Amino acid sequence: MAAVETSRPKALLIYNPKARGIAYQVLLCALIVFLAWSAIHNAAENLARAKIATGFGFWDNTAGFDISQTLIEYSTTSSYGRAFWVGLLNTLLIAGLGVVFATILGFIIGIARLSKNWLVARMAGFYVETIRNIPLLLQLLFWYNAVLKALPSVRESFTIPGGTLLNNRGLFLPQPVFGPAARFALIALVFGILAAIVYQVWARRRQMATGQQAPILWVSLGLVVALPLAVLALSGFPVTFIYPESGRFNIRGGIEVLPEFMALLFGLVIYTAAFIAEVVRAGILAVVRGQTEAAYSLGLRPGPALRLVVIPQAMRVIVPPLTSQYLNLTKNSTLAVAIGYPDLVQIFAGTVLNQTGQAVEVIVITMAVYLTISLVTSGLMNLYNRRMALVER
Amino acid sequence: MKSVVIRLALAAVVGIVASAASAQTLNTIKTRGSINCGSNGTLAGFGLPDSQGRWTGLDVDFCKALAAAIFNDPSKAKFVPLTAKDRFTALQSGEVDLLARNTTWTSSRDTSLGMNFTAINYFDGQGFMVRKALKVNSALELGDAAVCVQQGTTTELNLADYFRANKMKLKTVTFATSTEAVKAYDAGRCDAYTTDASGLAGERLRLANVNDHVILPEVISKEPLGPAVRHGDDQWFDIVKWTHYAMVNAEEFGITQANVDDQKKSDNPDIKRLLGTEGKHGEALGLPDDWAYRIIKHVGNYGESFERNVGQGSPLKIARGLNGLWNKGGLQFAPPVR
Ligand SMILES: N[C@@H](CCC(=O)N[C@@H](CS)C(=O)NCC(=O)O)C(=O)O
Repeated sequence: MAAVETSRPKALLIYNPKARGIAYQVLLCALIVFLAWSAIHNAAENLARAKIATGFGFWDNTAGFDISQTLIEYSTTSSYGRAFWVGLLNTLLIAGLGVVFATILGFIIGIARLSKNWLVARMAGFYVETIRNIPLLLQLLFWYNAVLKALPSVRESFTIPGGTLLNNRGLFLPQPVFGPAARFALIALVFGILAAIVYQVWARRRQMATGQQAPILWVSLGLVVALPLAVLALSGFPVTFIYPESGRFNIRGGIEVLPEFMALLFGLVIYTAAFIAEVVRAGILAVVRGQTEAAYSLGLRPGPALRLVVIPQAMRVIVPPLTSQYLNLTKNSTLAVAIGYPDLVQIFAGTVLNQTGQAVEVIVITMAVYLTISLVTSGLMNLYNRRMALVER
Repeated sequence: MKSVVIRLALAAVVGIVASAASAQTLNTIKTRGSINCGSNGTLAGFGLPDSQGRWTGLDVDFCKALAAAIFNDPSKAKFVPLTAKDRFTALQSGEVDLLARNTTWTSSRDTSLGMNFTAINYFDGQGFMVRKALKVNSALELGDAAVCVQQGTTTELNLADYFRANKMKLKTVTFATSTEAVKAYDAGRCDAYTTDASGLAGERLRLANVNDHVILPEVISKEPLGPAVRHGDDQWFDIVKWTHYAMVNAEEFGITQANVDDQKKSDNPDIKRLLGTEGKHGEALGLPDDWAYRIIKHVGNYGESFERNVGQGSPLKIARGLNGLWNKGGLQFAPPVR
């Protein structure tokens, strides 16, 4: 040991690249920590000097304002904290539904743009080029005002067969109320879902082993939809509906879908779908042409060839940019504030910030929420992508 | 949202909030050469630029009066339009020197929001506007109605209180700007629109068919509107407060924009002190002694500004009412200059 040390000329620590690297890292970290600390310290000191309230004590204070769409119990006597959760759930609702519908529409348009049918391809291209190039805020304002202008007043509501009403106050659906006997149907539904999963696993294994295909779609639909419905009918249909009806000013009863919600969902889906369509198109074009030809020569028709051969391979190219579209949609949902949809930014970073005056706390919480939503979304998509990549053979 | 973040970043890192600006607002303004005035950018009668970018309104006049007192030039007032929601952050962060934007004086705003209200330049209360076709005669009939309202206001809180107190069901639709709220009401999204009565008089003018709408008789709150400044600078607080009082005193003594030069020769000791021909009352404020003369010369007295912007000389046609002088049945009462 000692012999080795003396045999090499002893270098100063500053000439050791490893030690130097570590020193730089430590210095950089210290600098960042110092900057962050001094910014926080400075802000706190200034807030105290200006006698602006600080801290999170406001969380439990009475909010005192009303919110038009609440997925959980909320009244004007609830707390600011409760208002935060109401806003967060409204944001998650719009983002969740937006992602689902934008994906469906985006895939349809992306595939249509590659269609051999000249008209279909051109129309899809026109859609993408127009929608992508108009600012989203303008589109939202357009949809909102279009929705309000196009729909009739409460007194002249459109009646959609089945008891649904549509007017410029929103869409009002009959609200089902389940009697006690409906629990059998619920049990049937849970059973149906489990059975459908088992069936799909079985069908896939059998296809791997024997090449035989099974009617997965129809059997699953039967298990998940038809079975519970049949049980519901057998137990004497223990469901009643509360139908929406017009009161003096507004519709009472039923499930209410606000026009602000419809316009925002519509705007976000249409806009994001245009980007997703391009992502899908790029993904499909990235799969070499030989794959399609090989699929055809194996006797697959164009539909199954696309579904079974091209799309699964295209997914590996599609998923990463698709993730950023999902993140964009979520962040774009904050434009809700322009058309009166009560999302997290409108309620929390808007009204709560204004009423409490505690901008620093409120903005920090809001940014943390969006960061968390984004990290969770991309985490899930990465997980999915890894599974897709493993399928590679 | 973005602007709030930027303001916060500024406030935190540069520390404008208090360290640089406190106790020296007047010096900062003099060095800068202009006053940054937080204004309403869309409300007729209070703060609104015309197509040439010329601002008018009662609150706009107030800022011009300040600029006249400091610079002897009303055009040195620069207007920063602020929405109801963003206005307090803008004042806290130092983006504006004062907030003269039909802002209601409440205890929490006066304390925990880090600002001080100086005086009340308009006594107001909240009202409702509905379509005539609904045949509603009282706000108490509005149970179950959809009401359009602007966020970040006392309005949305009073609305919720009023409906709760009267056990009526409420459907609020909340918008970030009054432009959107009024447009949605006009499109039939709501049965009623609510804001300060003065705001109703101004916003009405934007409706497609003014005559299809009525303002209900109930006034459901007290809305004392007035200019506010940041905590921590007593001199600036005094200057803003006494600018309003100078305009009210001028009206009480019959000093107008037209006769102010003649009034300078007056023997009345009250008038002499106000116009700076006797005593050193401007100096104590950090202003020249003819500060009030400059205000009246360039902007006029309170009554003139009122009539021009919201009264009979304007499309709003609001009566003096509570905003009349104390000796004429109103509430405007200014402490004496002495
Ligand atoms: N006085 C109330 C309300 C003030 C307010 O913002 N009023 C609305 C309606 S009149 C307004 O001026 N909106 C104009 C805008 O935000 O552009 C307060 O201070 O909270």
